[in-house]
Amino acid sequence: MELLVFVLASAMVLAGAIGVVAYNNPVHAALGLVLTLFGIAVHFVSMEAHFLAAVQVIVYAGAIVVLFLFVIMLLGVDRAEDLSVEPFQIQRPLAVIVGVAISGLVIAAVVRGRSTLGEQLESGVPGDDNIRELARSLFSDNVFAFELTSVLLIVAVVGTVVLTRRQRGGANK
Amino acid sequence: MTPTTTWYLVLAAVLFGVGVVGLMIRRNPLVMFMCIELMLNAVNLSFVAFAQAFTDISGQTAVFFVMVVAAAEVVVGLGIIIAILRRRPGTTIDDLAELKG
Repeated sequence: MELLVFVLASAMVLAGAIGVVAYNNPVHAALGLVLTLFGIAVHFVSMEAHFLAAVQVIVYAGAIVVLFLFVIMLLGVDRAEDLSVEPFQIQRPLAVIVGVAISGLVIAAVVRGRSTLGEQLESGVPGDDNIRELARSLFSDNVFAFELTSVLLIVAVVGTVVLTRRQRGGANK
Repeated sequence: MTPTTTWYLVLAAVLFGVGVVGLMIRRNPLVMFMCIELMLNAVNLSFVAFAQAFTDISGQTAVFFVMVVAAAEVVVGLGIIIAILRRRPGTTIDDLAELKG
């Protein structure tokens, strides 16, 4: 059963990822991103990270992808990008080689270091205590970083408003 | 036969590789942003896999912070893209080379 969930969710993740890279139309790429993010959320559930799975669906698949779609619609850049025209010939095969090399390197490292992971533990973080454990870690050990994220979010919001504001008086066209 | 931590790490590595390839071959800045999200999610997946393997909640805390920073990064990045594309519609990432001094 767990194997079936893993295989199906991995197929979702990889199909969505390849869709993001291969679709010409940015709207379709955003939908591929949704598929990938849902697959990752399924993996989180099967690894008993229930809170993160919920946040993944709400924040990533909800807010961030909607933000992408908003920008696509707002700018009218939903024209298909013609992928068959390649101004820089060697870039594409070189990129594939580099990507495969990075993946292969990490996979080789993981497979070699498998023994330090040990065998699969019986169950990781207990499911019912997941949110409690996470909150305890967040509000005791990492409370300073947690408070700093509020500063980060405020700065990001203010910065974005300033960046995208149209100036009055036609100075900004 | 249940999936072990190694399987999740291999999946995360493959997802990261797909994100890298997309980042290098696409020219639309929005799609490049989506590929960065793919790479961030690959790392999140491996964080959670390690958190489960070592029975340590710190990995999930790290994922929480990664999500917050990713959300802020997307907001600022899309703001910059809007500011650029509003002035010059149809800009690809290659045209942004003129931004250098």
